[in-house]
Amino acid sequence: MANKEFVRDDGRKFDELRPMTAKVGVVPNADGSAMFSFGKTIAIAAVYGPKELHPRNQRDPAKGTLRCNYNMLSFSVEDRIRPGPSRRSTEISKITEWALGPVVMIDEYPNMVIDVHIQIIQASASTRCAGINAAAMALAHAGIPMKSIVSSVSVGKLDKQLILDVNKYEDSVFDEGEGATDIPITFTSDEKITHFQLDGKISNEQLKEVIEMARKARKEIYEVQKKALKEALN
Amino acid sequence: METPELTGNRMKKYLEGGKRFDGRGVEEYREMIIETGVSANAEGSARVKLGKTEVLVGIKMGVGEPYPDSQDKGNLMVTAELLPLSSSRYENGPPKFPAIELGRVTDRIIRESKFIELNKLVIKEGEKVWTVFVDIYSINDDGNLLDAAGIGAIAALKTAKIPKYDEKEGKVLFGEWTTKNIPLSKETPISITLHKIGNRFVVDPTLEEEDIAETRLTIGRTKDNISSMQKGNPQPISIEDLHKAIDLSEKMYTEVFKRIEKVVK
Repeated sequence: MANKEFVRDDGRKFDELRPMTAKVGVVPNADGSAMFSFGKTIAIAAVYGPKELHPRNQRDPAKGTLRCNYNMLSFSVEDRIRPGPSRRSTEISKITEWALGPVVMIDEYPNMVIDVHIQIIQASASTRCAGINAAAMALAHAGIPMKSIVSSVSVGKLDKQLILDVNKYEDSVFDEGEGATDIPITFTSDEKITHFQLDGKISNEQLKEVIEMARKARKEIYEVQKKALKEALN
Repeated sequence: METPELTGNRMKKYLEGGKRFDGRGVEEYREMIIETGVSANAEGSARVKLGKTEVLVGIKMGVGEPYPDSQDKGNLMVTAELLPLSSSRYENGPPKFPAIELGRVTDRIIRESKFIELNKLVIKEGEKVWTVFVDIYSINDDGNLLDAAGIGAIAALKTAKIPKYDEKEGKVLFGEWTTKNIPLSKETPISITLHKIGNRFVVDPTLEEEDIAETRLTIGRTKDNISSMQKGNPQPISIEDLHKAIDLSEKMYTEVFKRIEKVVK
């Protein structure tokens, strides 16, 4: 059960998000771009397309292709990452495609591709969630037709305590009792789930609570995304 | 998506009269914005904007073995990535020539000017030395990444702190820093890239100007000395022009140094 009085290492309440910032238009060359941050985790995303897909044999005459690429800058973490793709970044890229895919009206672009590039500038856990949030905004900024905007958040469990928006300590240092569980979830704005991952250990009961916590947080994140997109129009 | 010939011809015509599309003079830089400390987990970092061009440079350090030919010196490693995020011209995949050149030219600007006192980065001679990683990423390419990267590398190095090192365990305590800076020489090298278009040299070209330039010359220099040079593009350059470029680079050094001085002091 979530102890409502629980205070986290960074002083947050159990169901409190880190301060969020969002900005649209951070990469002038791109057709759409955005920055999204949860506290110290900063992601930027740029959209190029729709454009012709090369090589031609990868083209789909029935619908367009959404291609996501997630990457962390070598100095975004304390222990330098070797530049270039890794198994982890390859998986997250695909997960991001799946998280965004259901809302992007890709059928309108047969034979075309929309490229979404995500870079993590500074990392303090929940990077894939920040990346997905930035990507959703960048797609909207690029004027790609979408059924809704997706919003992503991570819920964690420290021993038996549920927490919202996992930070670095909670993700990689905490190791007591049942250990740490990390559950990133992405919702559409009508609260369908397009992405769900879980690593750790949790009961059925508590997992339902997790979904409810994430659902509530989704609204807050969505408002931040929407506000930044509206500001870009002014 | 190269610059169309029609646009190119018009640009050249303008330049004959000393005018550029964006209204700048030929020896005028775009607005330069330098921010340091932009990535909290890096030992040092900088964001450099030249007009719409933006690069991020981060410094990380690690402990490793010295190279066989420099047992009494720390190591320097400079890499650059031209992110597909930064331009429709770049693609995912192994680094292509422009990214390799960007890393290598920036490496030489730092290394050949002896900007980092690598001999002071030795923990145990012949066994353990610090490696300084300088990683450069393009965020938006609107020309002159070479100078933006050079300036970014200098700014990031000047503001970097050496991480703590546990000698007993032989481990770097990442995320904990000493108060020590990376030992640097007093003279700051700067990358000055000149592009010859028609009969003129221009500084700080936009992407369009880079596209139509006949020759490119990158000069890594301090106030008094040149320590690295690279000529790019396949067109030749006359001796007379080379002399001009050398003199111009001295003038531009003073100009650029004034702008970065405030930020990195």
